[in-house]
Amino acid sequence: MSTDRANIDRDKPVLLQGNEAVALGALDAGLEFFGGYPITPSSEIAEILSQEMPKSGNKFIQMEDELSSMASIIGASLTGKKSMTATSGPGFSLMQENIGYGMMTEVPCVVVNVQRGGPSTGLPTKPSQGDLMQARWGTHGDHPSITLYPDSVQEAYELTIRAFNLAEKYRTPVFLFLDEMIGHMRESVHLPKKKDLEIINRINPTVPPEWYKHFKNNPKYISPLASYGQGYRFHVTGLTHDEKGFPTNKKEEIQAKMDKLKKKITNNLDDLIQVEAFHMDDAEVAVFAAGLVARSAKEAVIRAREQNQKIGLVRPLTIWPFPDNEVERMLSSTQMTLIAEMNQGQLINEVKRVTYYGEHAKYIKLQRYDGTLITPEDILQRISEVL
Amino acid sequence: MKNIPQKVAHRYLRHDKKFPHVWCPGCGIGTILGDFLRAVYSSGIKKDDIVMVSGIGCSGRMPVYVDFNTLHTTHGRAIAFATGIKFSEPRLKVVVITGDGDAAAIGGNHLIHAARRNIDLTVIIINNNIYGMTGGQASPTTPLGDYATTAPYGSIEPKFDLCDLAESAGASFVARTTAYHTVEARQIFEAALNKKGCSVVETIAQCPVSYGKMNNQTSAIEMLKWQKKHTIPVKQYRKLDTEKKQGKLVRGILVDKDRKEFTARYDELVAQFNKKKDSSESEKRSEEKKHDETKEKAKKEKQEKK
Ligand SMILES: Cc1ncc(C[n+]2csc(CCOP(=O)(O)OP(=O)(O)O)c2C)c(N)n1
Ligand code: SF4
Ligand SMILES: [Mg+2]
Repeated sequence: MSTDRANIDRDKPVLLQGNEAVALGALDAGLEFFGGYPITPSSEIAEILSQEMPKSGNKFIQMEDELSSMASIIGASLTGKKSMTATSGPGFSLMQENIGYGMMTEVPCVVVNVQRGGPSTGLPTKPSQGDLMQARWGTHGDHPSITLYPDSVQEAYELTIRAFNLAEKYRTPVFLFLDEMIGHMRESVHLPKKKDLEIINRINPTVPPEWYKHFKNNPKYISPLASYGQGYRFHVTGLTHDEKGFPTNKKEEIQAKMDKLKKKITNNLDDLIQVEAFHMDDAEVAVFAAGLVARSAKEAVIRAREQNQKIGLVRPLTIWPFPDNEVERMLSSTQMTLIAEMNQGQLINEVKRVTYYGEHAKYIKLQRYDGTLITPEDILQRISEVL
Repeated sequence: MKNIPQKVAHRYLRHDKKFPHVWCPGCGIGTILGDFLRAVYSSGIKKDDIVMVSGIGCSGRMPVYVDFNTLHTTHGRAIAFATGIKFSEPRLKVVVITGDGDAAAIGGNHLIHAARRNIDLTVIIINNNIYGMTGGQASPTTPLGDYATTAPYGSIEPKFDLCDLAESAGASFVARTTAYHTVEARQIFEAALNKKGCSVVETIAQCPVSYGKMNNQTSAIEMLKWQKKHTIPVKQYRKLDTEKKQGKLVRGILVDKDRKEFTARYDELVAQFNKKKDSSESEKRSEEKKHDETKEKAKKEKQEKK
């Protein structure tokens, strides 16, 4: 590969692969450290970064496995560096313990999962949306999750930057989920000029080291984070800890820590949640779909509208935290919702949970888990079966 | 070698951390911590520049008590976290405290890869031949035939020699010491801290509670005496014939060699790009200059013709 990625002409659209868009988004967001382990269909992200990062003095390392990849990016982030890893199902499973560590210790970082078919080694080169609940409940213990889910290469670039911004702002690991096909397909992308990018960096403490408590609770539940070597000499542990980071067994302190983890997410839903409503104003039937399936759904909606069928699409860009209020509102006046997903039924239960209207609520499902994409025709046919 | 003042270790303890510590009476870990802190004192490294990273276990509890940048990670992964810290901020002195189970069982992969990369970490393995924290289960260093709560009939697995393992994986500094040999331990820790490259120090420690109770050794003093009796300084050891080495462990600095360190290699790679950038920029500049000169020349010639 010989693309000069550092000097892409940003006045013109460029043809990019999804994984390449993620790599470029990460670099634009200020990525300084990448630790990863090869796995299809995510490997291009590591390959591109291994090529680009040394040129600017940033750090790329291929670790010995995914457990250490996840560990290395948390370590790097604690020295103040923006860090990321990228993987797929089997690797995402291996990362879970240290993801939980990152959540507990509130360390910003980005974890990309380019989903493939599972369980186990499954289908390395085929699309699936089988990991959506794993993004929510993959690691043990109660914990929040921020998971972003693009439906195009353009959005893969944009949501990569957003993932970094949210990680830094909320001091937490953030997941970026891609479908295998988005990771590997090529589309035209408009890259913004670097000066037009909104980049958020973590808040550093301003107090002297003696006063610093790196988990100090405040009304926003987000505490400033110092970097190792800056003179603050703080303690970080995965054990449940007090505001200074020291292990605790006191019930008030345990509760406060757990509330902090939860509330920094639930108190900021407006900032975290993005949902697209497409032709929903007068829709009688809604399709609920995310990721690449939403692309097919959008096409199905366009075709149905040509036939004067009142069909719309609800598409979450943020799948976790689940957009409870938005989805409820958007689906409240439809007669029927078709939930289309490439799995055996994961988001359908979330939609049901938030739109429980009693008897007249009607859900139909379209679930595909044969390693092929749900097409616009599949969606139109399913709707015609029930209408 | 600096003179070590009395109670110098206290200067490195966290005063806002609520003591007492978690270790049992007679445990070897506290002694090793003292030796390490005295080594830090004599090395002169500043507190702000040290990151102490540990895994899970009794040994893993060490960082919480000391006034450095500290990170108590997940079981077996301390070296992997430390790799991220060291690589992203090479100016920091990164020390890993890990148990025998932590380093050689669940985290064995990271140990050999850190040694292979020769990344500049000081890895102190506290080997008590047992899983202390979880109550005395067998570890990869539990000697053949010894008892553990999960080896009630005696262990049927041979143990790892951690120093041999680290050496063959490529660590540039490998040493073994014990909780008994406090002066030697301090000197070895200091040498390991000063070494640029992956340093692995296996430190034998008594665990009278979890290991001892299973193996008829509940007295810490007896266990310390065992460490004295069954270890031989490296110079002496190397002269012994195989028969006399039986049942004994070699002690001291076993490997101290120069091998290029990982972050230094990466810096060289980055420097190559900077050089290319510099030269391509200066090329560009000289080309522009040439271009300007020929333009000037043509202009002059034109004017002269006029
Ligand atoms: C993933 C995981 N598995 C198991 C444990 C339980 N565990 C805690 S400490 C420990 C053994 C520690 O032994 P060692 O590393 O020798 O440390 P020591 O307590 O002897 O110092 C185990 C198995 C854990 N915390 N995490
Ligand atoms: S169980 Fe053993 S290693 Fe752990 S603190 Fe007690 S004596 Fe020390
Ligand atoms: Mg042990």
